[in-house]
Amino acid sequence: MIPAPFEYTLPSTVDEAVRALADAGEDAKVLAGGQSLIPLLRLRLAAPSVLVDLGAVEGLRGIREDGDALVIGATTTHASVLADRLVHRFVPLLAQATATVADRQVRHRGTLGGALAHADPAGDLPATVVALDATLSIAGPDGSRTVAAADFFVDYLTSALGPGEVLVAVRVPKREGWSTHYEKFNRVAQAWATVGVAAAVRRDNGSIAEARVALTNMDVMPVRAAAVEEALTGVPATAEAVAAAAEHAAEGTHPTGDLSASPEYRAHLARVLTRRAVLAAAGI
Amino acid sequence: MTIAPDRPAAEVGTARRRKEDARLITGRTLWTENVTLPGMLHIAILRSPFAHARITRVDVEPALREPGVVAAFSGRDVADVQGSLPCAWPVTEDIVLPDRPAVAVDEVRFAGEPVAVVVARSRAAAVDALAAVDVDYEPLPVVLDLEAALAEGAPLVHADKGTNKTYTWVFDSAQAGTGGAVEAALADAEVVIRRRYRQQRLVPAFMEPRSVVVDPTGDQVTVWTSTQIPHILRFLLAAVTGTPEHKIRVIAPDVGGGFGGKLAFTPEEMIAFLAAKRVGKPVKYTESRTDSIASAHHGRDMIQDIELAARRDGTVLGLKVNLLANMGAYLGLVGPGVPLLGAFMYNAIYKFPAYRFECSGVFTNTTLTDAYRGAGRPEATYAIERIMDELAVELGLDPIEVRRRNWIGHEEFPFTTVCGLSYDSGDYAAATDRAKELFGYDDLRREQAERRERGDPVQLGIGVSTYTEMCGLAPSRVLGSLRFGAGGWESAAIRMLPTGKVEVVTGTSPHGQGHETAWSQIVADQLGVAFEDIEVLHGDTRSAYKGLDTYGSRSLAVGGIALVNACQKVVEKARPVAAHMLECDVEDLEWSGGQFRVRGVPEGGRSLADCALAVFAAHDLPDGMEPNLDADAVYDPVNFSFPHGTHLCAAEVDTETGRVTLRGYVAVDDVGRVVNPLIVEGQVHGGVVQGISQALFEEAVYDGDGNLLSSTFADYTLPSAADLPDLVTDRTETPAPGHPLGTKGVGEAGTIAATPAVVNAIVDALRPRGVNDIQMPCTPERVWRAAHSQGGAS
Repeated sequence: MIPAPFEYTLPSTVDEAVRALADAGEDAKVLAGGQSLIPLLRLRLAAPSVLVDLGAVEGLRGIREDGDALVIGATTTHASVLADRLVHRFVPLLAQATATVADRQVRHRGTLGGALAHADPAGDLPATVVALDATLSIAGPDGSRTVAAADFFVDYLTSALGPGEVLVAVRVPKREGWSTHYEKFNRVAQAWATVGVAAAVRRDNGSIAEARVALTNMDVMPVRAAAVEEALTGVPATAEAVAAAAEHAAEGTHPTGDLSASPEYRAHLARVLTRRAVLAAAGI
Repeated sequence: MTIAPDRPAAEVGTARRRKEDARLITGRTLWTENVTLPGMLHIAILRSPFAHARITRVDVEPALREPGVVAAFSGRDVADVQGSLPCAWPVTEDIVLPDRPAVAVDEVRFAGEPVAVVVARSRAAAVDALAAVDVDYEPLPVVLDLEAALAEGAPLVHADKGTNKTYTWVFDSAQAGTGGAVEAALADAEVVIRRRYRQQRLVPAFMEPRSVVVDPTGDQVTVWTSTQIPHILRFLLAAVTGTPEHKIRVIAPDVGGGFGGKLAFTPEEMIAFLAAKRVGKPVKYTESRTDSIASAHHGRDMIQDIELAARRDGTVLGLKVNLLANMGAYLGLVGPGVPLLGAFMYNAIYKFPAYRFECSGVFTNTTLTDAYRGAGRPEATYAIERIMDELAVELGLDPIEVRRRNWIGHEEFPFTTVCGLSYDSGDYAAATDRAKELFGYDDLRREQAERRERGDPVQLGIGVSTYTEMCGLAPSRVLGSLRFGAGGWESAAIRMLPTGKVEVVTGTSPHGQGHETAWSQIVADQLGVAFEDIEVLHGDTRSAYKGLDTYGSRSLAVGGIALVNACQKVVEKARPVAAHMLECDVEDLEWSGGQFRVRGVPEGGRSLADCALAVFAAHDLPDGMEPNLDADAVYDPVNFSFPHGTHLCAAEVDTETGRVTLRGYVAVDDVGRVVNPLIVEGQVHGGVVQGISQALFEEAVYDGDGNLLSSTFADYTLPSAADLPDLVTDRTETPAPGHPLGTKGVGEAGTIAATPAVVNAIVDALRPRGVNDIQMPCTPERVWRAAHSQGGAS
């Protein structure tokens, strides 16, 4: 299909982008890699009057080290994330999850910032940045602000970005001493996650000192498996203890039903995949 | 596989790379969508959002005021001229055959049915203007389920017909005199297995969406269309529109896949024809993927009730099949006949003494169904190969052993089946033995036992499928007896050019099969001409005016013989020319290796190129000879061909998640003699993947209101290479008797064989948990539920 008609602007700075959004009013949409937005436009499920393309904005692309964190520009493509040595060294969970996103073509066009701003609970990266406790930098008409990943995702396909705001960068703490794993379950390789589990574990001698577990596609937004995290804290790093903790994975979640899975099956998968993710992360 | 050297001794049998691939893969070719003509306009089609509704009002006037719009019309506007899209296979005398308008007039009967048409200067303008068309619908009750459609008081898809049943067609071996009475077999049997299988609805999912361009401005109306059947379409366009046949030219340029999905006379082709005539300018319509999935015909969608009667030693005594086939809202070009193509295949490779088949076609408020790769034969093969496994379990036999006890022995060919078909040749034991060896059957059975023993959460299953199919559609008399509207012959022509190059004209219409390569290989050997010196012309009714096109694994099996016959006529025509040049009697000539020679004189031969030049000049020909070497031939097959094979599948089933991972797949096929092993291997790979995909991934799903939920490739699941195992393929070769090339056909074999092999493997993995069936597609959730519900079917 063909999108409904729209105006198109190509700002070259973040300030220009913010101004363009302000000029366009509420009916504007930000275009990053376009891997979610363009299909919606083509199906006419979205029909914004103005598209503000971030593709030419300087400084939004790239990955740099900043003290105890990596700062990843919002329009950095998935392929660039995957190719980056700093990412593999300091936040391998992000690399592992990014490698499961869609297919090679999408990973070369799609961007980290776009995937987060789209706030699809079935996307792999929202739960990943929640597990990593990332911080998101936002620019808007009233200046800049930062939001914790856990507060960024507020509802189905809805982020904390206000009208006229642009996601600028994602700051991911290095978390040395933690080990991680992303466990994705989908029907075919290029599909969205039926359920995914992002797990980060810090071991202390023979026990699990701390754990962060976030779930993909178990609710209208990525959710922390708080009961699992709590149950893991301080337990011996054994298969039995992890299995017992993972039984709590679906608690408090509200998974959807679709052609791939019923809510009941998703809840079951969350338990199995959480066990597998934590075992893999903890090296058990 | 080794790729051929540049100049092999014989072309047939050589794994040549396909000459058409460079342009097909790069897209630098004439797809219909690439056709651009001066002044061309673009069509957009407004489609019904309701599965069943009365159209109380359509107002296209507002669309005419939109920018760029040239014309707009509703079904009512063209009611007098659009006629009815034809069904060429009314399988019974009393079939209920409703009119099928290209654009709905008073009522829509499936979601996606065309309601109005806009013609504009650009595709975007046409699509934009659709929103301005005003339609009032009065929703009517929908019926979607096959059995519900036949229940008393069900909503009627075609109210004036008074029923949702379009036909009931029966074959009974006792009545036909080809076997015994199945009721007696069931009554006397020591074992009776009864099962119900469901063939889910599938989307053909060809790579190139359908596209059509109609140019009414020349002497002929020219139609470019992404079709498998340019010749049949020309005939039908003439018949339906009243335009004289010689004033219609149909071109199927390069076509990107079909799988039966382009074996159709589509509403969109009719709409483009009507629109072009209305505006007097060339028009183009190219469907979106979403429109394609919703409105291009679907495949399968049947309920199969199967009863198998056997003795405790495994000998099958009889088979009874009761079938409900979902036709959708209308009857497609060959839709009613699809189950009949399966009717003769339920007995498969076995010597069943009694057989009864009954099928009812049913109307529902869904997209119509029609031919899809295998068309009837995959459904039949699935049912019999699934239930043979159930028999094996019931008797405690290995599934291969129970098959062996029933299959036709190599020495028994030709074999007349319980359906009255004469199977030409085959060696089921040889293919099965080879497949077992490549698969490591005994080792995998051992591993399966070990995993069961230790309660491994990942269980191993082994699936067997021994299949045959009927290819080479078809002897015209047989088609006539089955009430098919056309014959089954095929044509070919050879044009000898003065420089010795050759143009081959074929009536087949390739849409990805590689005919240009394979036909060149055949002609190269027949005429002693280099592979590169041959051009194959196809798919244009001006250059290739005669043909019956490509479907049903028929092109090589039927068209290949026409091609050989035409070549032999050329050689016979050249013989007196060569004799004249060599100054000998025709009787003293021998023809071998592309040379005419005087018998016993190895030197100084004459090639066909020499003869072609001599005929071109025509200065010195035998007295009275017509200066022409060109020849054509039409071949009507005397029988079907019956390829066969054994496919084995190893599936790992994660009982915790229900995920199925195919660990190994072996396909040993016998497709007769092979012209190009590379093409055959490609067909087997593609076919097997499509068969696996029915087993594991694909399903067109409607909601309760008749809206297609799986309306994009995000929801209609197709696999990629990452989801599939390495395929191990091999062949046994039993040449087709009576065929000059010995070929049988391979286009559908993989699809027919693979689906039951995969499902048998999954059920086998879970058999100790009491599972005896899983509904296709075997999604992780269905497999998980089956694995955890004692007693089986999910």
